[in-house]
Amino acid sequence: MVVRGSMRSAGKLLSRAAARSRAVGSRTLSTAAPEAPPLTRVYGGLKDQDRIFTNLYGEQDWRIKAAEKRGDWYMTKEIMWQGPDWIVNEMKASGLRGRGGAGFPSGLKWSFMPKNTDGRPSFLVVNADESEPGTCKDREIMRKDPHKLVEGCLLAGYAMRARAAYIYIRGEYFNEAVVLDEAIHEAYLAGKLGANACGSGYDFDIYLHRGAGAYICGEETALIESLEGRQGKPRMKPPFPANVGVFGCPTTVTNVETIAVAPTILRRGGAWFAGFGRKNNAGTKLFAISGHVNSPKVVEEEMSIPLKDLLERHCGGVRGGWDQLQAVIPGGSSVPVLDINDCKDVLMDFDDLKSRGSGLGTAAVTVMDKSVDMIAAIRRLAHFYKHESCGQCTPCREGTNWLEQLLVRMESGEADKREIPMLEEITRQIEGHTICALGDAAAWPVQGLIRRFQHVVEDRIDNADTFDPAQYFQHAWSGQPFTNADWTKAHGDGKTYLAGTAK
Amino acid sequence: MLSQAARVARQHVRTVGGQAARGIHASRSSLGGHVLGKHKDAPGNTTDTHFEFSDENFELVEKILAKYPANYRQAAAIPLLDLAQRQNGGWLPLAAMNKVAAVIGVQPMRIYEVATFYTMFNREKRGQYFIQLCGTTPCMVCGSNDIKKTITEELGIKDGETTADGLFTLLEVECLGSCANAPMIQLNDDYYECLTPQTMKELIAACKAGNPPAMGKWGSLPMNGQVSCEGPHGKTSLTEPPPGPGFMMRKDLEPKVDPASVKAHMSY
Repeated sequence: MVVRGSMRSAGKLLSRAAARSRAVGSRTLSTAAPEAPPLTRVYGGLKDQDRIFTNLYGEQDWRIKAAEKRGDWYMTKEIMWQGPDWIVNEMKASGLRGRGGAGFPSGLKWSFMPKNTDGRPSFLVVNADESEPGTCKDREIMRKDPHKLVEGCLLAGYAMRARAAYIYIRGEYFNEAVVLDEAIHEAYLAGKLGANACGSGYDFDIYLHRGAGAYICGEETALIESLEGRQGKPRMKPPFPANVGVFGCPTTVTNVETIAVAPTILRRGGAWFAGFGRKNNAGTKLFAISGHVNSPKVVEEEMSIPLKDLLERHCGGVRGGWDQLQAVIPGGSSVPVLDINDCKDVLMDFDDLKSRGSGLGTAAVTVMDKSVDMIAAIRRLAHFYKHESCGQCTPCREGTNWLEQLLVRMESGEADKREIPMLEEITRQIEGHTICALGDAAAWPVQGLIRRFQHVVEDRIDNADTFDPAQYFQHAWSGQPFTNADWTKAHGDGKTYLAGTAK
Repeated sequence: MLSQAARVARQHVRTVGGQAARGIHASRSSLGGHVLGKHKDAPGNTTDTHFEFSDENFELVEKILAKYPANYRQAAAIPLLDLAQRQNGGWLPLAAMNKVAAVIGVQPMRIYEVATFYTMFNREKRGQYFIQLCGTTPCMVCGSNDIKKTITEELGIKDGETTADGLFTLLEVECLGSCANAPMIQLNDDYYECLTPQTMKELIAACKAGNPPAMGKWGSLPMNGQVSCEGPHGKTSLTEPPPGPGFMMRKDLEPKVDPASVKAHMSY
C-alpha cells in the first residue's frame, strides 16, 4: 500500500505467517462441546477507556496543560529510564504494525537503527505528509492531540538512539502546522525537549518542516530527498535509510499515528495493545470514513472490526441502505476496490483484507453507492497517480498516463473489449518495475476495477451510444443533514458556521 | 534538422491537445495539470525583476537555516521558497528563486528544480482568493464537480483561470487530506469543508465583500455546522470524560538504564 512505510517483501512474509496461523485455527474454533456454536470473538465496540486519542473530536484543549490532564507526558522520564532496548521490545510485544500503509512491524523497524555510533548522529523522521486519497487521520492527531505526537517523538527517537526528529508535514496543512509548531514550543518551555529532555539526561530536539505539495513525498526516501531540499524523487534501496538516510545519517521514517500511539502503549504495556484485534493485526486504529455514508467521520476502533459494523455503528450506515452499496476502497486509494459481496463480512485488518485481494493501507474507507460510475471513479484515481508520479522511472511516468487515457475512453465506452486485457497488462508492467511503490499503487486500483467491475466496463462498451454521463453526476454530499447543534454549541467555541449567516 | 522539426510539432500537439494527445513519449512537464517547466517572461517577472527579503523575513531566514545541519543548507530550500512566495503575495517570480539560491549558496538551477516540482509553488500570479478545489475520488464521489460547476457559474472561470478583476483563481488539485469532510476547497491557507452549492455561493459572496468566514475551532471550517470530523450526526464514541494521568499505568518501572549513558555512548 503505498509505500508510506515501505518494506514490501517483509509485509508479504508476515501475511504468509498470518495465513499459516489462521489455517491452524488459532482463534475461531472451540475445542469444547461440539454442539456449541464456534466461539468467534466479535471485534469492534472499543470501550472509551481503551481509546488512545481521547481528544479526537476536540472537546478538550490541545495545549500542554490539558494534554497532561489527559495523561500525556506522565512518567515519560521513568519510561526513558527503562532503556532503548526495553522500549523496542515493548513495541514488539504490542504487535503494532506501521500505520502509514505498509504495515511493517514497528518494533522491528525501530530495532534496525544502529546501536553504536560511527560518528554520525541518528535521526527520526516523522512522515506527516498525509496525502493518500481518503486519508485524514494524522491531521486530527496533529491539530487536536499534538502532544501525543511530540511525546512519541521523544520516546521513539530515544528508543532509536536518535539525536533529533524532523516532522515533515504536508504544506497544505498550514493551520495544523501552526498548532504542532506551538505544541513543540510548549514542550521546550516545559523542559520536555531540548537538553536534558524531561530531566532524563538525554538531549533531544524536534524540528518541524513543511512540505510543498507532492504526494510522492510520503514515500520514505522521497521524503528524505525532499527534506534535504531537492525534488521528491525516491532513492534506490539499499542503502536503506537505517544506514544512510537524511543528511547521510541513519534515519527511520515513521507515520504520525505509529509514533503518537507509542507513549500510551509504553505506559499501559505492550500486552494491553496486543489484546485488541486478531493475531498479527493488533491494536486500535483510527479509521477515516468518507463518501456515501450518512455520517462520514474519523473514529478510533479496534482492529479487525467488520467493515459493516464500522459503517453502521459509527457512520449511520450506507446512504440509502446497505443494498445501495456498490463498492468500498478500504484503505486509501492505493488498494484495490471491494464490491458488496466482499464488504458484507470482511474484517478491517491487514490479513483479512489481503486475503480478499485488497489491503488495509491507511484504513481510509471510501464508500461508493450505486450512483457512482466506477469507471469514472477509478479514472480519477488514475489521473491522481499520473499527476503525482515523480517522473523518475519510465514504467510509472508513461504507464500512469496510458492508464488514464485508456480509462477516459472506457468511461465513455469508446474502447474495444480487447483493450481490457491490454489495460491489465499495462498495470502488470508498471507494478514492481519502479524504484518506489507509487507504480504499484497506481496499478492496483485499476486491477481492482478489472477484477470486480469488468462487467461494468464491458457493458459500457456494448452500450456506448446510450451512455449519458449526466446520470452519474454527483451532487454535493457530506452526509445527511446536520443534526448535532447542541453538541457543536457546547464544543465549537461559537465558531461553527450557520448557513446563510455569511455577510 | 528534420527530427528537430518533428519534435517541435509533437510538442505543439501535446500542449494544444492536452488530454486527447496520444504522444507515447509524453513527459511530465508537457502534460495537462502541470504548468510549463520553464520560465516565461511576464510583467513583473522578467530576468531584470528585483526581489529582496524584508528585514523581518531575513530574521526568519536565519531561524529556518538554523534548523538544518550547516553542511546541508539546501534543506532550507522549500521553507525559504515558501517564505518568499508569501512575501510576494502568493506567487514566485524568477527573481525570488534566484534570491533563495543566493541565500542558500547553491546554483539557481537547484532551486528552479524544486520550485517546478512542487505544486504549492506558483510561478504565475494568482488571484487574491486562490481557490484550490479537491477533485480526487473521495471528494469526487461527494460532488466536487457540483462545487466546481457552482464556482464556474458564479465567477465565470474554469479550471486554472483567474477572474478579470484578479480576485479569484480556480484550480482543481489532488487530495488535500480532508476526505471525511468532503467536498472541500482550500482558500489560500484555509480549508472550507462539507460544501454545498449554496454554501459555496455564500463563501464566494463573503470573499467578494472582503470578509471570508473565520476558521473554526480546529483551523478549518466545515460549512454544514460541524466542528471538525465528528460527522453531521455527531460523535459515536468518547462519551465518557477522558481518564486522567496514570490510568492503567504499569507498575513495574524500576530504573534500569540511565539515559545519560545512552547519550554518552552515542557521543551526543
